[in-house]
Amino acid sequence: MTEFTPVSSAVGGGLIGWATSLLLLANGRVAGISGILAQALWPGSGEARGWRFAFLVGLPLGASLVVGLQGTLALEIEASPVELVIAGLLVGFGTRLGNGCTSGHGICGISRGSPRSLAATATFMLIGGLTVLLMRAGLAGRL
Amino acid sequence: MKFEASALLSGTLFGAGLALSQMTNPAKVIAFLDVTGAWDPSLAFVMGAALSVATGGQIIQRRRRPSANGSTSPQPLASGGVPAAGIDAQLIGGAALFGIGWGLAGFCPGPALASLVSGSPRVMIFVASMIVGMGLYRFFDRVVLLRARTAR
Repeated sequence: MTEFTPVSSAVGGGLIGWATSLLLLANGRVAGISGILAQALWPGSGEARGWRFAFLVGLPLGASLVVGLQGTLALEIEASPVELVIAGLLVGFGTRLGNGCTSGHGICGISRGSPRSLAATATFMLIGGLTVLLMRAGLAGRL
Repeated sequence: MKFEASALLSGTLFGAGLALSQMTNPAKVIAFLDVTGAWDPSLAFVMGAALSVATGGQIIQRRRRPSANGSTSPQPLASGGVPAAGIDAQLIGGAALFGIGWGLAGFCPGPALASLVSGSPRVMIFVASMIVGMGLYRFFDRVVLLRARTAR
């Protein structure tokens, strides 16, 4: 149960938009986090990893700045450790198979007008919603 | 160093945006996906604001010459180095598997990495499993998909 927070959501979302725009304009790169992580870990031939690690380090760094300002970081994890392992495996495998996640498809791809990204985003939103529905219907706690 | 500095700033802005909008909190993401329950539409506001700013960035990028930055290609390439295909089974299947994991835990890659700052062992479990999942995909890609491609 969380409260609707339109203002902080819009301000935070705006920052995310500035972040993807900066990476696009300064580096010519798409801020797709699953792809950046995978290619930082397993670089293709001739691919630079320095900027990828720098970007990835920035994520917890940016969150820590907000924690410094607000004092707390809300973190309510309902999933059990086993559910977290299954979810992590699916997120890791699925984002590589589908070539993107919420950032790469959901924000960068849709803002570029990519039909592939729109289809991917519609799919993971729909399936994510169905999964929550099934968990609420009684699967939760059984894993 | 210039590319590393701009990437660090971009990642930091991204992480700050995720934390400020509370997308680092799985309960908030699940509350968005839970349309039949106590629905929290916050994630739609995050996406909407991010998309409106990002679209501005895309428009500026399109008006620039391709040589203005380190861009080697205007279109991102698929993982195998081949140009991105159309809407195919691999795209939809991958997005569907990702959707199951996302709904199960309330974490996608960006918020999970940003939440590492909490020091929570549960976040570490998720991130470690996600990396293993990416590694399993590399194996799957080499063994199954490569075989399927060469068989064609």
